[in-house]
Amino acid sequence: MTSGLASFVIRRLAAACLFVLMVSASALMLVRLAPGDAVSQLTFTGVDQATIDATRVRLGLDRPPLVTLRDWFAGLLRFDLGTSSQYGQPVAGLIAERAWHTARLGAIVLLIASAIGLPLGIITGSRPGGWVAAITTPISIVLVACPPLVGALALLLFAASTGLISIEPGRLAVPALALSLPLAAMLERLQSRAVADAVAAPDLVAAAARGIPPGRLLWVHAARQSLGPVLGIYGIVIGSLFSGSLAVEFATSWPGLGRLMRDALVARDVWLVAGCALAGAAFIALGNLAADIARAMADRRVTERA
Amino acid sequence: MTPSRKRRWPVVLGLTLVGTIALVALLAPVLAPNGASEMFPDRAYAPPMRVRVFHEGSLRAPFVYRQVLADRLMREYREDTSAPVPLEWFANGRVVSSGDATTPLLLLGGDALGRDIFSRLLTGARLSLGVTLAGALGALFIGTLVGGLAGSAGGGTDSALMFVTDFLLALPGAYLVLVLRGFLPLVLSQGVVFGLLAALFAFAAWPHAARGVRAIVAVERRRDYAEAARALGAGRFRLAAHLMPAARGFLAVEAVLLVPALLVAETTVSYLGLGFTDANPSWGTMLIDAASLNAMRQAPWMLAPAAALFLVVLGVQLVASTPASRQTLLVGKAPWPSGGTAEPLK
Repeated sequence: MTSGLASFVIRRLAAACLFVLMVSASALMLVRLAPGDAVSQLTFTGVDQATIDATRVRLGLDRPPLVTLRDWFAGLLRFDLGTSSQYGQPVAGLIAERAWHTARLGAIVLLIASAIGLPLGIITGSRPGGWVAAITTPISIVLVACPPLVGALALLLFAASTGLISIEPGRLAVPALALSLPLAAMLERLQSRAVADAVAAPDLVAAAARGIPPGRLLWVHAARQSLGPVLGIYGIVIGSLFSGSLAVEFATSWPGLGRLMRDALVARDVWLVAGCALAGAAFIALGNLAADIARAMADRRVTERA
Repeated sequence: MTPSRKRRWPVVLGLTLVGTIALVALLAPVLAPNGASEMFPDRAYAPPMRVRVFHEGSLRAPFVYRQVLADRLMREYREDTSAPVPLEWFANGRVVSSGDATTPLLLLGGDALGRDIFSRLLTGARLSLGVTLAGALGALFIGTLVGGLAGSAGGGTDSALMFVTDFLLALPGAYLVLVLRGFLPLVLSQGVVFGLLAALFAFAAWPHAARGVRAIVAVERRRDYAEAARALGAGRFRLAAHLMPAARGFLAVEAVLLVPALLVAETTVSYLGLGFTDANPSWGTMLIDAASLNAMRQAPWMLAPAAALFLVVLGVQLVASTPASRQTLLVGKAPWPSGGTAEPLK
């Protein structure tokens, strides 16, 4: 059975690598074929044609697109992602710094959202008429409907008018809360539904009949069974977290990948766009992989199906 | 109160919210008291006006007090309570406006350039909701086409189409739209931006619809009636026409769920400066100015588009997320009486 899990992980890892390469190659080709490049703004500033051509050659923009792609892949093998035309620095260094901030934010958001959402979901799912559910459900419905951008703006407004939350640049509180509250609410709703299904299943009734104490029944047996459907969502959650963090990074001046990517796109910074796409795709692939492995460990049937 | 009625109130509330906002957006040209890009001198960051009915202790027709700029540097306004300005109803093609040309009716205050936020919010709703609906319809169309083809054809066609679908599905939607938008010219006219964003939303959102349609059609294909149709010599397209109605319920739910997702996407893209321009703002465009800490301290009413966005998303969630309404959406549109799906597959 262990070999089944190992081969499952290897297959998933290969798919993840293919995904990352496809995403970054498509981003590179898209921005390379887009109208205008990093040098075209120079034409408006009255720089002579010879300088423009020289800059194009220096930035590697004179080569045909397919050669660009080949060179980029060759560089990737040496961990060389090219030089940003906007910053004049190696892309790898820029990405590493920004990716660290995005990863830090994402990890904290996932942690907060899971720590709040999953236990609450287990309680509300097992006692839909209880007082915890009576308080949690309406709050959850409102928070699920609160897009991270709206949440971030509301928190910023609250911070600006009361001063209770720190909004210094680089402080985590506002972006982390704006992203984790709707996510916690979503996880609570999902976990609640999954536990409600698990509690009604015949095997739990049988376990209860055999005298397993209610606490253990809920927090061990039902929780484990409901984990499968909820873990399946985590792969999607990471993608939507990325989408939400794009606007939140702008609103809260968080120095993450989203802002870097947007600025790189507008400046037609070919190598930086490709690098950002590579980093973003790697995060999503790793998140999906982790969710798949966790699901496979909770429910071994997953390895056979895939 | 019966349990079924108790469960229905969120749906009613949600429908009321969404319906009101949609109606207001449709009627924006007559409901807006001022032009969307009309600038009023000395009304920058003016606070929202209060519509009153009591003047010096006596009841009057609804009126407002004139705003006077008390401190130009600090942008402080006070109300001139000596002379009420009556509201004018159904004049100059507008439902309501101020009776005095020098005192514009600013129900939600003024923005940094002294423009009426309420009027901008209403005209912005047309753009934001319009592009969202156009994108959602496009996504459902492409999704139905691809999903229907994959599901009814099976085999290699199915695998190839689903590989593309899964690849796009794994990408975060907001980034997909941002990258595709970013690689087109940055300055475009309003009509082009509308069409472009709708097309990008359709492109980013179709894979989800395609997955669902494909799953439904692939199951239907193995049912007896499909077998019978094939035996009677139905071609690929005639067969698909028989299979597709099974996906109607799913598509109805998908349409409802796409609206909040695409509305948020529109706001994000415009907020990042790649959507609608300042002259014809969408909700996202209006948030660019509102999101600075300075504006929040001076004029928090500029965040009105964020509140409107929240209300639409909340309304749609209330309609869609209650299990009861999901069931009505699914069963109500399904071509078979409820329970007919329970028949086991071979």
